[in-house]
Amino acid sequence: MTDTAIEMIGVNKWFGDFHVLKDIDLTVGAGERVVVCGPSGSGKSTVVRCINRLEAHQQGTIRVDGIELTDDPKSVAAIRSEVGMVFQQFNLFPHLTVLQNLMLGPVKARGLSRAEAEARARKYLDRVKIPEQADKRPGQLSGGQQQRVAIARSLCMEPKVMLFDEPTSALDPEMISEVLDVMVELALEGMTMVVVTHEMGFARKVADQMVFMDAGEIVETGPPAQFFEAPRSERCSKFLSQILSH
Amino acid sequence: MARMVGLASLRSSRPGPDPGPHGRVPEAPGQARGGRNRAAVWLALAAVTFLSGCASSTSWGWYVIDPRTPSGWTNIKFLANGMGATILISLIASAISIVLGLLVALPGLSNRWGIRLINRVYVEFIRSIPLLPMLFWVFYGLPIIFRSMGLDIPIDPFWGAIITLAISDSAFTAEIYRAGIQSIARGQSEAAQPIGRSYAQTMRYVILPQAIRRILPPLANQFIYIVKMSAFASVIGMQELTRRANELVVTEYRPLEIYTLLILEYLVLVLLISAGVRWLERRMGSDERG
Repeated sequence: MTDTAIEMIGVNKWFGDFHVLKDIDLTVGAGERVVVCGPSGSGKSTVVRCINRLEAHQQGTIRVDGIELTDDPKSVAAIRSEVGMVFQQFNLFPHLTVLQNLMLGPVKARGLSRAEAEARARKYLDRVKIPEQADKRPGQLSGGQQQRVAIARSLCMEPKVMLFDEPTSALDPEMISEVLDVMVELALEGMTMVVVTHEMGFARKVADQMVFMDAGEIVETGPPAQFFEAPRSERCSKFLSQILSH
Repeated sequence: MARMVGLASLRSSRPGPDPGPHGRVPEAPGQARGGRNRAAVWLALAAVTFLSGCASSTSWGWYVIDPRTPSGWTNIKFLANGMGATILISLIASAISIVLGLLVALPGLSNRWGIRLINRVYVEFIRSIPLLPMLFWVFYGLPIIFRSMGLDIPIDPFWGAIITLAISDSAFTAEIYRAGIQSIARGQSEAAQPIGRSYAQTMRYVILPQAIRRILPPLANQFIYIVKMSAFASVIGMQELTRRANELVVTEYRPLEIYTLLILEYLVLVLLISAGVRWLERRMGSDERG
């Protein structure tokens, strides 16, 4: 792996006439944890979704692990196989058991045998601390458990980068910490992570770099200490005072 | 039911009016309690009026399909023997339609309008053709096209009916698939992106298993529709239920009784299908809930 995991240079994107990303420049080093925050509609989810091509950017360059993201399906597939993604709505496959959810990717995309895939699936279920739920269906689990399964499902592909798109926003308050704990452990193990979240406690604990977005622009970046104590822009300090005040 | 009661009253009724078991029924209003009872009484009265018509006379002649007489039994066997052809035509046509419908539906989900157009043209064109003209076209017209292409493919009534039913139905099946697949949340295919190596894998392992469960009821509807529409095959000489009924009517001159039995034959067939589908739905439904 190169020293730079993700590189975005002058990325622009429009939804119709709406300019959703404006000249985004962002570099994420290997092993680095970046937390992206900002008001709703600021484009933070779109940034993350561009990195694994769930959205296509129209201008600029995105490189993941040295591979440039282009319209070529091969580059898209190559990048997706290195990038794990955790969604706000979990998006587990409801017709499969937890174990089957975890084994599908390794068996179909990585070509592992069923036994290897099951061993790997059980290993990551242990990591997210729900080995006993292996044979249940997603619908039988709590939101927090479902999100941990979703994290384990991504880890089973052994990605180099993990993207989190508001992973705790759909959870009941008492379940947020069980998901964040898993994410903190992952961060401590050195996983490269880009996390869109409003959980500022988590951000202080693990982030190497904070990114504040508003209206499609990156307004401010910096290490958490400086970011939280002395935000340079007014928009950022206003946003922080709003979400930290309660 | 009507047939059974009608048959039961045959013995006494044929010589003259039937004083028989129905005589007691008019006392029923005295026992009526509340709305439901009253409705039941009215139903019973209506049934009695209807059946006394059967019993009394010259307008009904259930003897034509009375299983206790040799000729009646022969007639029943003749009519019921069409069942196999009706079922076989319906099953094969449905199977083709279910595969063809999916193949037509998939281009309709493309991001590119040129590919979606294939789906639109097929669906709009095929579903605008009434079944009977299409049946004539396939049975009488298609062999001419084959011959002009130098192909010697005869189309018999059996395959003519199947081709017509399958193609005609596939446009509807395609729309059912499209709706079912589109109803699966976008997040499911997004989550499948890194996991399925290809579009086909995403469809096969993630989207279709979920979509099939949702579209099972409308697909069953289409199957029932095919069973009923297979009656049209009678006009090109296919020996299925309706054709046999028609032929027997021509020799026996008893349309009322024979067509009544025909309707009951379709009723039994459709009720059996419904029960089968319910069972399948329960199985697949519980599958998803765990």
